[in-house]
Amino acid sequence: MSLHLDRESPIHRLSPEVKIVAMLLFTVLVVSTPRTAFAAFGGYLLLLAVVAVIARVPAGWLAKRATIELPFVVLAVALPFAGRGERVDWLGFSLSVDGLHGAWNIFAKGTLGVLASLLLAATTTMRDLILGLDRLRCPVVFTQIMTFMLRYIDVLADDARRMRIARLSRAYDPRFLWQAKAFAVGVGSLFLRSYERGERVYLAMLSRGYTGRLPAVSDSRAPAREWALSATLPVATAAILAVVLARGM
Amino acid sequence: MTGSASSIIGMTPALSITGLRFAYPDGREALRGVDLSVAPGERVALLGPNGAGKTTLVLHLNGILHGGGGRVEISGMPVAPGDRAAITEIRRRVGVVFQDPDDQLFMPSVAEDVAFGPANLGVRGAELTARVDEALAAVGMTGHRDQVPHHLSFGQRRRVAVATVLAMRPEILVLDEPSSNLDPASRRELAEIIESLPVTVLMVTHDLPYALELCPRSVILDAGRIVADGGTQALLADRELMAEHRLELPFGFDPAMRRG
Ligand SMILES: Nc1ncnc2c1ncn2[C@@H]1O[C@H](COP(=O)(O)OP(=O)(O)OP(=O)(O)O)[C@@H](O)[C@H]1O
Ligand SMILES: [Mg+2]
Repeated sequence: MSLHLDRESPIHRLSPEVKIVAMLLFTVLVVSTPRTAFAAFGGYLLLLAVVAVIARVPAGWLAKRATIELPFVVLAVALPFAGRGERVDWLGFSLSVDGLHGAWNIFAKGTLGVLASLLLAATTTMRDLILGLDRLRCPVVFTQIMTFMLRYIDVLADDARRMRIARLSRAYDPRFLWQAKAFAVGVGSLFLRSYERGERVYLAMLSRGYTGRLPAVSDSRAPAREWALSATLPVATAAILAVVLARGM
Repeated sequence: MTGSASSIIGMTPALSITGLRFAYPDGREALRGVDLSVAPGERVALLGPNGAGKTTLVLHLNGILHGGGGRVEISGMPVAPGDRAAITEIRRRVGVVFQDPDDQLFMPSVAEDVAFGPANLGVRGAELTARVDEALAAVGMTGHRDQVPHHLSFGQRRRVAVATVLAMRPEILVLDEPSSNLDPASRRELAEIIESLPVTVLMVTHDLPYALELCPRSVILDAGRIVADGGTQALLADRELMAEHRLELPFGFDPAMRRG
């Protein structure tokens, strides 16, 4: 399941660093919104929907990938039962008000955060993300870890494909459970092979003078126009928050 | 079997290795005292059976592996892995083309991959574009500059791998089994490319006719030691020596029939 959606859109064309900053500011605003400002969360969701439409990212695509949030949803469901303090009765269940609010808090903010990250990933290639972080003077450790991940993902996918073909050409039919062992062994050796391959790729990178920073080939900084454009998201978010707070929630 | 062009008096060797030793962390001794000197402009083939230590030796030439003892110098400059600026200069001077082009190519387009090395050296803008164009032209891949490397044929990827190194304008080109997996036409074209380059070449190969074609001089590495050093034709014609080090000529190939 790839996180990047190769489309032609104004959002895809933005420089990675402006998108990263917009996404971060949006997330910070979302997280700092009081959990009872229900209207604000609705407004945020609407904003993201507008971004998704401009970026031509289908809702189904987002929904499928948003399932990574599932553990948090489970946690959110469990909280109202576990919470302490004032309780309300609902369909015979005794629920904690604090817990309910806590659950809503996690669910709403988690969902918005995940959606925003997914939109960023959908519209920015992995390499551009790294380049963007690099331009934002993100510590080398982070960009390096991401560079490695980027490399391993390709390597893994490629090796997995080749090993599958090798298995199939030796008449391996995974429909039979007792043959699943070959698959398990395959996963193990896939890991080892990818690791070794990754090592060799890294050595080849070092040989070409790699020192931990990806060279910014086109030394072009994002133009002010792009910064202004992408500022729309956090500014609109802040506006919603201000309005909702001023109205006394 | 000694004596070579590198002993020309008064010339700093392009590559000089003395007493090089190396053991992998698991204790396996891969190099047990290697001495080798290569003169500027020379083309030398590094022959030897599987596991002889050829790739290990190659990784010492630009300071990727080190610490086992001995000394490596590139045009008089010692390969000192501790010194960051020095090692960058060494990696500019020594271009290594790895055995598997898939290890070497990882950027999303051919042009970006070729630009990676010189960009690491601080080359930017028009100069960078010029380097990329020049390197791609040298290997005849100009028409593929915007393609994804994974989508190229093996022979094309090998050529791009050579271009990624050429773009750094190395003084020494080190190739690890450049002709493996190439079809005869690609193999010949690569030979033409290598022959046309005005650089010192150290070529690891199991393809003995290729060594004879491209390299007037050969050295044989076996069990971590240089066991022979001399004219390629003379080495290949020495049946006893060849058999002793598991080197076999292809069926019907007679080294004396080729140029001397
Ligand atoms: N990462 C490693 N860890 C431990 N031992 C290694 C490692 N890489 C290589 N070796 C061992 O070091 C020795 C020399 O390996 P090297 O790869 O240099 O051989 P080679 O001459 O390049 O062989 P080939 O012709 O098969 O490519 C071998 O015995 C090999 O098993
Ligand atoms: Mg090798």
